[in-house]
Amino acid sequence: MIAAYSAGGALVWIVWVVAGFACLASGVAVVSFSNPFYSALALIGNLGSLAVLYLLLSAEFVAAAQVLVYAGAVMVMFVFVIAYVGPRVETPWAGAPGWQTIAAVLAAGAIFLEIVVVIGLKASNSLLHSEHVNRTFGTPGWIGRLFLTDHLLAFEITSIVLLIAAVGGVVLGSHARRRDPNEASA
Amino acid sequence: MLGAALLGPGVAWYLGIAAFLFGIGALGVLIRRNLLIVLLSLELMLNGANLALIAFSRHAGNGAGQIFALAVMAVAASEVCVGLGLVVALNRRRLSLDVDALSELRG
Repeated sequence: MIAAYSAGGALVWIVWVVAGFACLASGVAVVSFSNPFYSALALIGNLGSLAVLYLLLSAEFVAAAQVLVYAGAVMVMFVFVIAYVGPRVETPWAGAPGWQTIAAVLAAGAIFLEIVVVIGLKASNSLLHSEHVNRTFGTPGWIGRLFLTDHLLAFEITSIVLLIAAVGGVVLGSHARRRDPNEASA
Repeated sequence: MLGAALLGPGVAWYLGIAAFLFGIGALGVLIRRNLLIVLLSLELMLNGANLALIAFSRHAGNGAGQIFALAVMAVAASEVCVGLGLVVALNRRRLSLDVDALSELRG
């Protein structure tokens, strides 16, 4: 029993190290590629490795939604728009003054350090022992029950936000289409 | 029935990854000038927040974090929808996608 437990723990550690390293490396890759298409592909890898981490945290439904909705639908839309915009020559890195780059790196590093220090100071003791959860934690049925009982308002407001965003996307697209003949004649 | 313990690394390790993702996403938003890559870095920041939410949800054994993560996912989808609509509209008007060049809010 103890041997099986420790073997399972070692396996989880291996999976965690691989997924965490993939997550960090693809996160750096998203920011450092100069071609947006490669950045989008790296973000898809990042979302996939995050889904593995969600599975380790026994959030099965969120992991499935991450792969289906995020890495599937949202990123396909991204790749389509990058292909539609086409290979436009932009200056992704050059042009900004050096002090701006240094300040940006300092600001981002400060955010990272702040998060780590605050978590370390305030929560390091209480983070040592996580709660035990039962088998239904994170399953689709459990999430659906929560959505339709305790968090019904969040569910409804989310649907309204999505509807407004869809209307906004259509308005932005049709507005640009209507302007086209004017610009051609002008 | 005691339930399942959290195997492998503790929640603090997940929070470290979440903090790194948020930081590198913020760096991308600040440092990059291509509008598409700024949007991608924004997704990175949202995912860092999502990972922290799910780690805390597992830590506390409470489902509210997962519900919040799903709501963040819906907000991210909305943001991508509007942001990419803006990119397409800019592209149709033959404007630059450089965020430094797009400093005016005139239509």
